[in-house]
Amino acid sequence: MDEQAIIETEDLTKVYKTQVAVDHVSFNVVQGEVFGFLGPNGAGKTTTILMLLGLTEPTSGKVRVLGVDPTRDSIKVKGMVGYMPENMGFYGDLDAVQSLKFIAELNNIPRDVADERIEAALRTVGLADEARKKVAAYSRGMRQRLGLAELVVKEPKLAFLDEPTLGLDPDATNRMMDLIESLSCEKGMTIVLCSHFLHMVQRLCRRVGIMIKGKMVAQGPMDRLAQEKLGLGAEEYTLEELYMKYFQET
Amino acid sequence: MQGWKPIFKKELADHFSSYRFIILFSLITMVSLIIAYMVGVTIKQDLEGVAKPKFVFLMLFISRGVVFSLVQFVAFFGPLIGLVLGFDAINRERNEGTLSKLLSQPLYRDAVINGKFLAGVVTISIMMASILLLITGMGLKIVGVIPGVEELCRIFLYLIVSIVYISFWLGVSILFSIIFRSIATSALASLALWIFFSFFVSMGATVVANAAAPDANSSNPEAMVRNAKIQRAISLISPMVLYTYGTATVIDPTRKTTSTMVLVGPMEKISQERFSGPLPLSQSILIVLPYILSLIAITAVCFAISYTIFMRREIRSL
Ligand SMILES: Nc1ncnc2c1ncn2[C@@H]1O[C@H](COP(=O)(O)OP(=O)(O)O)[C@@H](O)[C@H]1O
Ligand SMILES: [Mg+2]
Repeated sequence: MDEQAIIETEDLTKVYKTQVAVDHVSFNVVQGEVFGFLGPNGAGKTTTILMLLGLTEPTSGKVRVLGVDPTRDSIKVKGMVGYMPENMGFYGDLDAVQSLKFIAELNNIPRDVADERIEAALRTVGLADEARKKVAAYSRGMRQRLGLAELVVKEPKLAFLDEPTLGLDPDATNRMMDLIESLSCEKGMTIVLCSHFLHMVQRLCRRVGIMIKGKMVAQGPMDRLAQEKLGLGAEEYTLEELYMKYFQET
Repeated sequence: MQGWKPIFKKELADHFSSYRFIILFSLITMVSLIIAYMVGVTIKQDLEGVAKPKFVFLMLFISRGVVFSLVQFVAFFGPLIGLVLGFDAINRERNEGTLSKLLSQPLYRDAVINGKFLAGVVTISIMMASILLLITGMGLKIVGVIPGVEELCRIFLYLIVSIVYISFWLGVSILFSIIFRSIATSALASLALWIFFSFFVSMGATVVANAAAPDANSSNPEAMVRNAKIQRAISLISPMVLYTYGTATVIDPTRKTTSTMVLVGPMEKISQERFSGPLPLSQSILIVLPYILSLIAITAVCFAISYTIFMRREIRSL
C-alpha cells in the first residue's frame, strides 16, 4: 500500500473564546484509505475538518493537506478537496441537474466535461430518474445522495464526509455506506468519514481516529488498537466495544 | 474575485423567477404608467394651441400625477426594490445550510457578496430601464412630442442616478442580511431604516431647525434663512434627500439650484435672473455632482462594512 500521507497535522489547536474545541491534535491520513473519524458530539471533529479546509483558522499548530497549507492557500485546498458538511443544505428551487451544474461552474469544470460527469454521477447515486425534480421535493436520503453526487462531479482527491448518514433510515444508511465504499474503491478517493454508525465504519475503514473532548485519544489501524486495548484478535471485537472502552476511560 | 460569475448567474435567474420580484415589478410599473398617463393627458391638453416649449418631454417625469410625480415616486418607493432584492441574501443561505457548502468550493468569500450585489444591481438596472422606456414610449404616444437628444441624455443620467440610489438600499439590505441571523429581523431592520430616512429625518430636521431658529417668520428673514439652512443640512443625511437633490436639476432643467428659494443667495439670484432660460446639461450635472458622489460614497461605505463583517466572521457563526 502506498503510505503517502495526504493529511498531516501537528499539535493542531482551536480555541473558541474560552473553550478549547481542538486540543493539540496530531494525525495523518494516508492516500487511498477511508479514515474513520470518531468521537461523541462536541468532540471537535467538525472544527478539525473546518481547519483542514482552511474555512477556519487554527489557533496554533501545523496543517498540510495534499501538500498545501490550507491556512495560507485555502482556495487551492478547496479546489482539490470535497466536503459534505453535516446538515448540508440545498437550493430547493433547483433540480438535481441544475444543482450539480452550479457546483461544476463553481469549480471551473468545462461544460462538456461537466455534463458527462453529471450524468454519470446521477446514475451512480441512483437519482437519474428523479434528476428533473426540484430538490425541495427530495427525501432526506435523496438529498444526501445528491450531496455525494456533488462530490462525484467535483472528483476531488480527498473528501470529508461529516455525518453523511445522520437522520437516515436503515435502508438509506446502508445505501449511503455502499456508495461511500464505491467512491473509495472505484474512484480511488481518499475519504475521511465521521459517523456514529460504528459497525459501518468498522466495515469500511482500516484505520480510525477517536477524538474525545478535543483530544485525539487513539489513532491507528483498528485491529492494532483492539489488540492493545482489548486484547482481542481481528475477528473477535466490535468497533463499538473499542470505542466505548476509550470513551469510559476519559 | 474568483468564482463570482456562477453566483451572479444563479442570483440573476433567482431574481427574475421569484414571485416577490415579479409582484413588485408589476406594481411599480403599473403605478408609474398610471402617473405617466395622467400627466401625459394633462400636458397634451395644456399644449393645445400653444407653441411647444422646450423640455416638454421631461414634464412627464416631474409633473405631479395625483399625489406624486414620477421622480418623487421613485425617490420614495425605489428603496423597496433594493430592500426586497437583498434582505435575505446571506442569512437565508446560512439558515438553509447552503452557505457552508458554497464556501467550501474554491472561491473567496467576497465572491459571494460580489456576485449577489452585482446580480441585484443588474436586476435594478433592467427594471428601471424598462420602466423609463415604457414611460418614454407612452409619452411619445400620448403627448405626441419627440424628445430631443438633450432630453434623452437627461433621462439617461436620471436612470443612472436612480440605479445608484436603489443599489444603496440593496447594499443596506445585504448588510442587514449579514448582521442578522433571522430573515424576519433583517427585513424589519431594513424597513425601519427606510421609514426612518423617508419620514423621520425630514420631520426631525424641521423640529431641530425650529428649535434652533424659533423666530423664523417673514418679518425676520435672517432667522428664516438660518432655519432653512439647518433644516437642509440635517435632511441631507437622508439618502432620499440626496437623491432628490441629485436628480433635481438633471431631470428639471428649469431649476438652477437644489436649494429652496429662501436659501438662494443674492449673487445666485442675480445670476439666475440673468439667465432666465433653462440650464445647459453640463451646468445641471455640475450642480448635482456632489450629491451623486455622496450617494456613491455611502453605497461604497455600506459595502465596505458588509465586506469586513463577512470576511472576518468565524465560519461557525456565519
Ligand atoms: N462558533 C463557536 N463558538 C464557540 N464554540 C464553538 C463554536 N462552534 C463550535 N464550538 C464548540 O466547539 C466544540 C467542538 O464542536 P464540533 O467541532 O462541532 O464537534 P463535533 O463535530 O465533534 O460534534 C463544541 O464543544 C462546541 O460547543
Ligand atoms: Mg460535528
